[in-house]
Amino acid sequence: MTDVVTTYAELARPDAYTQEGLGWVPWLLPVAEDELTDAQRDALIEPARAKMPYFRLLARDPEALRARTLTDLDIFYNVSGGIGRAERELAAAATSRHNGCVFCASVHAASATRESGRQADVQRLLDEGVEADLGDETWNAVVAASVALADTPLAFGDADIARLRAAGLDDAEIVDVIGGAAFFNWANRLMLSLGEPEVPARRASTR
Amino acid sequence: MSTPTADIIDLLAGIAANDLLAAVRDQRAQARENAQRSFEALLEPAAPGTFALAERYAVASFVSQLHGFAEATAFYGDLLGDEAPALIAVVADAATDAAATGPFGAYREPNLQDESTDGVRWAADAGTAAALGPRLSAALAHTHLLVFRPREARAEALQDLVDAGWSPDDIVSLSQLVAFLSFQLRVAWGLRVLAAASAPLATSAASATVPEGA
Repeated sequence: MTDVVTTYAELARPDAYTQEGLGWVPWLLPVAEDELTDAQRDALIEPARAKMPYFRLLARDPEALRARTLTDLDIFYNVSGGIGRAERELAAAATSRHNGCVFCASVHAASATRESGRQADVQRLLDEGVEADLGDETWNAVVAASVALADTPLAFGDADIARLRAAGLDDAEIVDVIGGAAFFNWANRLMLSLGEPEVPARRASTR
Repeated sequence: MSTPTADIIDLLAGIAANDLLAAVRDQRAQARENAQRSFEALLEPAAPGTFALAERYAVASFVSQLHGFAEATAFYGDLLGDEAPALIAVVADAATDAAATGPFGAYREPNLQDESTDGVRWAADAGTAAALGPRLSAALAHTHLLVFRPREARAEALQDLVDAGWSPDDIVSLSQLVAFLSFQLRVAWGLRVLAAASAPLATSAASATVPEGA
């Protein structure tokens, strides 16, 4: 009988946080691409995700995957009102940095850089951690709020709201920060517990 | 029990239909609707299969109490009480015993070792395990791992679930449940704090107080 859980004795694992792209390998068998049911394909929302083991693994519970994905897309990509894309990605990256999800941090740090052009500031978040000064109070306040919201037991409080307000954020913008940061407490836990990151072969071979 | 029709995040946040924050939430209507659908998929599934409702509510009660969120603990405790009243006290005692502070944990990445931290790593003691049964004991230990030290998750933790009788499909659903609750409780808590800080009579955000339980 085949083992249910897959382990990887030899894997090019990352050494630290990075903005460079990482792969991800699953510890449980994803649904095979050619065996996806209509309900599972529908739950992927974006057809290209059928190529990705992470989403085909989550397709084992299609209803949960579908709702998760539609929640994700609206929080991060609905740009009618609210805070900018860069700050949402920053909230995701900061949450991932604090929780310890190297894979999620790589994806969303790179997205924050792409949306803002502030590669060096984003890299400082990865290298120095969530206390790093990112160069302006809006970014620092977004990171601080994201970190506070990630703590358990819940301790996010008045002072975090006051700091976001003092940085100029209105309620709709604050709700976007809360949504983006909260969502990555969901994403981090899936990415960290159902598989692990790997350095793509083209880079692993040169280091 | 009947399926709740209320928006659970609004319920946990204490937001009423006419509140200002309800209108703000409506700007992300798809997120609002699908957070609710996530709740329904994971906590009120039409076909729960081999991941029983009682197990789902036990996990949700445990997660809520670990987060120190009184309204959520009461809400999920009620759901557990409807399904498996004998488990209420067992789960509550387990959560008290399992109290910890997170996120913490050892990094696997060599250049992040300096950031590794320690904390409470919990598993049910023999008496609690006997009351919970092997499946739920394994599920709560895994839940504690995901809540407080997700960076320490390893393939071996999934093997523990397999050994306790969890199928791959149910492990995915359990992982989604704990991860989703980590989101849902934070959105509700954050909105609750924001609402309190936006109270009309508050002269400044800094002087607003958070209601009891938030």
